[in-house]
Amino acid sequence: MKLLAWMRSLAGGVFRRTRIDNEMEEELRSHIEHRADDLERSGMARAEAERRARIEFGGHERYKEECREAIAGNVIDILLKDVRLSIRVLRKSPGFTLVAVLTLALAIGANAVAFGVLNGLILRPLNVPQAETLYGTEYGDGSGWQSYPNYIDLRDRNRSFESLAAWKFVFVGLDTGNDPIRATGFATSGNYFDVLGIKPHLGRFYHSHDEHGPNSAPYIVLSYGFWHSKFQDDRSVVGRVIRINRHPFTIIGVAPRGFRGTLLFVSSPEFFMPIVNQEQADGWSALNARGNQGGVFDAFGHLKPGVTPAQAIADVNSVGDYLRRTYPSEFGRTKSSLSRVGLSAFGRPARAFVAGLMLLAGMLLLAACANLGSLFSAHAADRAREVALRLALGSSRRRVLRQLLTEAVLISAAGGAAGLLAGVILLTRLSTWRPFPGAPVQLPVAPDGSVYAIALILALLSGLLFGIVPLRQVLRIDAYQVVKAGPSGRPGRRLALRDVLVAVQVAICAVLVTSSIVAVRGLVRSLNGEFGFEPRNAVVACVDLATSGYTGEQVPDMQKRAIRAMAAIPGVERVGLVNNYPPLVYAAAGRANVFKDDTTELNTSNVAGTPYAYDVSPGYFAAAGTRILAGRDLNWHDDGRALPVAVVNQTFAVRFFGSISGAVGGRFRRQDGRRVEVIGVVENGKYMSLTEEPQPAMFSPFLQSPSAQACLIMRSSREPQELLAIMRGKLRDLGAGPPTETGTWDSLLEVVRFPSRVATVSLGVLGIMGAMLCITGIFGIAAYSVSRRLKELGIRLALGARRKELLHAALGHALRLLAAGSVAGLALGVLASRVLASIVYQATPRDPFVLASVVVIMFSVGLLATWIPAQRALSIDPLRLLREE
Amino acid sequence: MPDQAQLLPGTLDLLILKAVSLGPLHGYGILLRIGQISGQALLIEQGALYPALFRLVRQGLLKASWGTSENNRRAKFYELTAVGRKRLREETDGWNRLAAAIASALAAKPEEV
Repeated sequence: MKLLAWMRSLAGGVFRRTRIDNEMEEELRSHIEHRADDLERSGMARAEAERRARIEFGGHERYKEECREAIAGNVIDILLKDVRLSIRVLRKSPGFTLVAVLTLALAIGANAVAFGVLNGLILRPLNVPQAETLYGTEYGDGSGWQSYPNYIDLRDRNRSFESLAAWKFVFVGLDTGNDPIRATGFATSGNYFDVLGIKPHLGRFYHSHDEHGPNSAPYIVLSYGFWHSKFQDDRSVVGRVIRINRHPFTIIGVAPRGFRGTLLFVSSPEFFMPIVNQEQADGWSALNARGNQGGVFDAFGHLKPGVTPAQAIADVNSVGDYLRRTYPSEFGRTKSSLSRVGLSAFGRPARAFVAGLMLLAGMLLLAACANLGSLFSAHAADRAREVALRLALGSSRRRVLRQLLTEAVLISAAGGAAGLLAGVILLTRLSTWRPFPGAPVQLPVAPDGSVYAIALILALLSGLLFGIVPLRQVLRIDAYQVVKAGPSGRPGRRLALRDVLVAVQVAICAVLVTSSIVAVRGLVRSLNGEFGFEPRNAVVACVDLATSGYTGEQVPDMQKRAIRAMAAIPGVERVGLVNNYPPLVYAAAGRANVFKDDTTELNTSNVAGTPYAYDVSPGYFAAAGTRILAGRDLNWHDDGRALPVAVVNQTFAVRFFGSISGAVGGRFRRQDGRRVEVIGVVENGKYMSLTEEPQPAMFSPFLQSPSAQACLIMRSSREPQELLAIMRGKLRDLGAGPPTETGTWDSLLEVVRFPSRVATVSLGVLGIMGAMLCITGIFGIAAYSVSRRLKELGIRLALGARRKELLHAALGHALRLLAAGSVAGLALGVLASRVLASIVYQATPRDPFVLASVVVIMFSVGLLATWIPAQRALSIDPLRLLREE
Repeated sequence: MPDQAQLLPGTLDLLILKAVSLGPLHGYGILLRIGQISGQALLIEQGALYPALFRLVRQGLLKASWGTSENNRRAKFYELTAVGRKRLREETDGWNRLAAAIASALAAKPEEV
């Protein structure tokens, strides 16, 4: 009943506000007139009677205010009044308002972006039904790669998954009738769409029962995007025959609109095809190669009801144990786990990166709150006189506090809105950004409702957080003392809450600055680092001869002709060929098991090492710029008819043979039993990632193990685009088909540099934000300190203080806080940077350069932030100041 | 008026309810009535009456309507609602119990302890 009445008056209050106000006014006036009537009757003149009546009534406005509060409907009324007053107050100090809003906008923007990334990469499930019970399997080394026969065993032997689907990437030449194009597709198991539980937009999907052995299901399903752009939504495409690498495939359906494949980081594939027809797409068959870990990129399925992830892991591991016992020479991995579908092998680094980002953004928000808290506290102290006057005129402390809190919330709303806007713009741009022209990589971080909600909540929470900092201060104000003596009082010598806040904020900012310098320094080093080859002045063109229908002996013949043709281009100094991809490009390096020469049983327990394995042409090292340390390069006689030979790198030589010189002439065995003689040793390099430790690698002659997919490396100082155009022409003339991948080696390295670059840019931006926050924080405290002690400084100046003493008195406090905060922050930052070392290549905090630049930056920050307050302190005119007081 | 006593907190509401229970009154009338029935012994700041009135109306203990006063002026008249009447009874009982208890406590003599 009471609640109902309150709600009714609340609702009514909004509309009847002016009427209620008028009525209230009339009632109070009526009271005063009745009283005046009485006084008049006792013989007083009317005018005097009315005056007396008003005095007797007491504080007219104050009682009206209390009446308003007594009516619940005035909550909104008071709020509006508070808001109006707050806006007036804030407009009167635009500098303070601007600094506060900007500070918060920075922090909220950073958090919106960090949360957007978290949301897009980790929280948001794949766009399929019941994505939460969908799990991928990993085999031990953190990637989902496994061979197709192993997948089949896992699918049939596990007891945890309802059904297990698998897929791998295929890059093919697609001929729809006119010009063949390069297209990216998913070769999937027959049950892929059934496991995902999605329905086709058009036509039908293929199923398990369509699989009848190798190349038995020549069906293709188009992705919605490809159907839309390539076939202009033509519904009659179903049933049409198109060619994949010259093999006919029938279009049987179109995937639904929102389905973009099962890997978040890549843009939608153009088509889906049965994995049993993989040989036609790849040019080699993965279906029976148990040792080939590239057969399946990712396997996943729904867990059976009641099966926990832990049980499923144990189950997958038991299948793994069975496989290792049964196929000791072909199954090398040890332990398995489950991953989230959509992130696959990228899950762990993505989570680490996002966690770091969230942590730093959170710190930024904390620093901003500390900053705003001290700003608000200083602001409130400056307004002590105004507050005291309001208290003296009958305002309640609650009302004053509420008004201060309204100011804080207004600022947080404005800052939050600005930050969110910036964050959303950034996220939207990121989500449409294709970092690499050649690779279908994307960041699925488009903002959604939860990003807006989180930013809003964070803004309001932080507003309340820094809004209550001046609480105690206002409660302590003695209106009488302040009005009488002025707000200056005595500058407190003890450590105020405000000082602690500033020091904390400076410390957090110093951590951010330190981490960002460590990261940037690491990136600079990694850009100038030793790759073991020289990516500058080198262009790469990859050719997949399988897509043009070459098989067997035709492949190396065509590759030899291509090398000769390239070498004939004027300005080309060196040409080499490397199978699959060159080091660091697309991180697609394969590894191979090697054994000691005297090993007889070639199974996993006797493996002596698993170096990266490349097949290269003679002249590759010269073209790549890799130095030969001992022995000789490969030559054209090292072909299938000659004895198996290899060039190994320094790490391989030292680990396997003890020294570089001892390696030349040494022998080892490969998995297939071949004895390989080492003919040369080259310098170490990076093969998979920039952050890897030195790894063993071996280079075999490509003529001894031909591969249809290979890349030509050309060293030339000619303009790369011009050179690439000539190359494409030559390859076409030869009949080698269009190259799959072209570019300078440097630009192809962007992919490996990408993670550290993203990490560095985000850290760098956060560091700059930290420095900016630090400036506003120190500026706030310094300006406050000067304004508060203006009178004291004036007297000192009048008594003959020198400029230096004056500055010391005015700013010493702020600078001491800066120094204390910086030292704490630097120490913390050095600790935090150990974590960074895992993400950013060669990031080390124990670097004099880092320490020196942090000190210099914090010093400049202090100089910059105290400049204006210092100018103000120096320009004090004691005469004017004392006169005004 | 040196003999006037300050109101105990919370007693103003009770006095208003009592005053109005004797017949509908406007604000100034309530003030006069309290003065009259308390023998001018209680000091009420005039303006302080109104926040209390608004509060009692919101709580549903009083209802208000505009009318014409004995001075021929427009005034807002207050009267008790059923809930207000019940509340007045309860509060009066409570007050009496409290007053009796305090009076008896204060009347205690050493020999009685």
